[in-house]
Amino acid sequence: MKNIFKNLFSKKNLSRTISFLMVTLAYILIEVMMNTVGMSRLFKSLLVPTCCYIILALSLNLVVGISGELSLGHAGFMAIGAFTAVIVSGLTLTTVTNDILRLIISVAAGSIVAGIFGFIISVPVLKLSGDYLAIVTLAFGQIIKSLITNIYLGIDSKGLQMSFVTNTLNLEGGKMLLSGPMGATDTAKISNFTSGFVMILITLFVIYSMINSKYGRAIMSARDNRIAAESIGISITRTKTLAFVVSSILAGMAGALYALNYSTLQPAKFDFNTSILALVYVVFGGLGNINGTIISTTILYILPELLRSLQDYRMLIYAIVLIVVMQLTNSAKVKNYLEKLNKKFFRKGAAE
Amino acid sequence: MKKLLVVLLAMLCVLTLAGCSNGGSGNGGNNEPTGDETVTVKLGCSGPLSGDAKVYGEAVRNAAQIAVDEINASDSKIKFDFRMEDDEADGEKAVSAYSTLFDWGMQVSLFTVTSGSGAAVAANYDEDGIFAITPSGSSTALVYTESKNYPGNFQMCFTDPNQGVASADYMAANFADKKIAVIYKSDDVYSAGVYEKFVAEAAAKNLNVVYKDGAFTDDSSTDFSTQLTAAKDAGADLVYLPIYYQPASLILKQAKDMDYAPVFFGVDGMDGILTLEGFDTSLAEGLYLLTPFAADASDEATVHFVKAFQEKYGEVPNQFAADAYDCVYAIKQALENIGYKEGYATNGLCEDLAAQFTSMTFNGVTGENMTWAENGEVSKAPKAVVITNGVYVSAD
Repeated sequence: MKNIFKNLFSKKNLSRTISFLMVTLAYILIEVMMNTVGMSRLFKSLLVPTCCYIILALSLNLVVGISGELSLGHAGFMAIGAFTAVIVSGLTLTTVTNDILRLIISVAAGSIVAGIFGFIISVPVLKLSGDYLAIVTLAFGQIIKSLITNIYLGIDSKGLQMSFVTNTLNLEGGKMLLSGPMGATDTAKISNFTSGFVMILITLFVIYSMINSKYGRAIMSARDNRIAAESIGISITRTKTLAFVVSSILAGMAGALYALNYSTLQPAKFDFNTSILALVYVVFGGLGNINGTIISTTILYILPELLRSLQDYRMLIYAIVLIVVMQLTNSAKVKNYLEKLNKKFFRKGAAE
Repeated sequence: MKKLLVVLLAMLCVLTLAGCSNGGSGNGGNNEPTGDETVTVKLGCSGPLSGDAKVYGEAVRNAAQIAVDEINASDSKIKFDFRMEDDEADGEKAVSAYSTLFDWGMQVSLFTVTSGSGAAVAANYDEDGIFAITPSGSSTALVYTESKNYPGNFQMCFTDPNQGVASADYMAANFADKKIAVIYKSDDVYSAGVYEKFVAEAAAKNLNVVYKDGAFTDDSSTDFSTQLTAAKDAGADLVYLPIYYQPASLILKQAKDMDYAPVFFGVDGMDGILTLEGFDTSLAEGLYLLTPFAADASDEATVHFVKAFQEKYGEVPNQFAADAYDCVYAIKQALENIGYKEGYATNGLCEDLAAQFTSMTFNGVTGENMTWAENGEVSKAPKAVVITNGVYVSAD
């Protein structure tokens, strides 16, 4: 028993243990609060999107932090996951009446389709590196958004019908699943906080298993020194593809969860800004730092809502906070000070 | 262990802050008695107060505030407590804004200013049974969907399909011999909605549409030379712009630069172009737009409203402002008609107001004898205005 405990808090596994503990504790605390003292509607409405953005940021961290490639098109994968989930959920609305089961099917479908696209895009993309890769992923995100903006998909007694660019569908008493720029409307809201929590756990599990496996070590070695890694027989393209595909699957999952939390969803939501937002979360939390990503996403997502009382100055303050914190976390002085503080408190505790 | 400490601290911060915002929740609408027989109604609204579309949000906020101040200063038994939240014209933020207003105890709402945000919260208003009427959210998704009608959601402005149809009808009556080109924003709910109906109605009315593939998207909304050149080459002498004023201002500028001077024709999204910062208003000279409100009208209500708005904010109110002003008065009229007073059953309020709206007739600055259908759409007459010497003038 003691050994397991020791193992959990050993240097190698500490980050993982903290991640799971932190997420679980936060979940329990919020659930308890919700069921006892109650919670404001605002806070409740932020729970699921926060979970989505955490998963998105974690998936992006896998590419940017762990694999060392800059992707600017993660909103594209999120969009694929989101709209696949909406379509699957719409199609199975009458056949699968259990909400949880339908959520699982939709999210799984969203993740898989996003993963397939991730694989397709990784073939040409991962032959490139650095800035080139960033630009190609950026273009990819835009392509996905534009494609979805032009798809009209509907279902009626004759089956599934689709048209492109202009809406030529003539449905007989059926239902539109996707209507171009208007996206999906009238979606059944089946995401909830618990499902978001479970998906964060799955994401953490996948990422940590990967980092701690031989694939993960290969990915990181390819990041740190490409030539050295190649010289010991690691296939750079294969390891990078693996990281990229896993990341796109997770981003698709985030999108699916997100889509099923709102009654309407427009493709314009998944634009360049969303990709950048995710990147900000990742950089803010520290490249490759899983716990940092979770915390920074939570804070940065909730902050603008908490600043609502400042009215017109809200976004200004948000921007200032962003700059100040970025500066502080990178300043040697502040780091030294924190280190000293840390020593002062923890060394004392250890001596007792 | 350092990390753990940081983690715990951060969590503590987030949770305590979240707890703070918890304070105002839970009361669905019981107000403190205000003495006498007056009753204060909490009126909420969300709209863009930052970002691209903020002209609309601010117009609605300012006009609603004028209406609320007027009512509160009068001897009316119904008083309003007005609060507006920023939603950046984004569906996700609109849900947060709605939740904030709900926590505050909103009883009646001006819904949202833009269509995209409105579509995202339409179901929330319906589920929570809060009566809402939007001044400017023109998509039908705000008031009904294919599968169901939101009985408590209403509109003060025309719906997108109606605007497209009305534009085509107006052109058929006044510009029947013109060659028409259309430039629209294909990834925008509003623009695509108007466009679709316009093209259908134009075909039905035998209008000569020579160029209708002038689509652009959010990413290509700075350079319109392709569309304008194509329109010019097709010989179009009327360019229909069912888009918001921001890209429209660029289109006007670029058309001038290439010496292309057709008649430009916009819908309600064009309203606001004259107050756009840094825009040379001479470019908009001769621009037609379809709107229910003309600030130069001489009826008493319009003159009074325009004067009050100018005194307070130093500019001529646009149609969004007028619609918001009307919304507040329409809500007041409905509340008076149902005899709303202290202790009125909160859970029946939405149904009673909806029943009132579908049966009453309202006279405001955006039209006389307005009525509402069961599905929440308004019925009033659109007017065409043309910009002359930097102000709107009725075209008829």
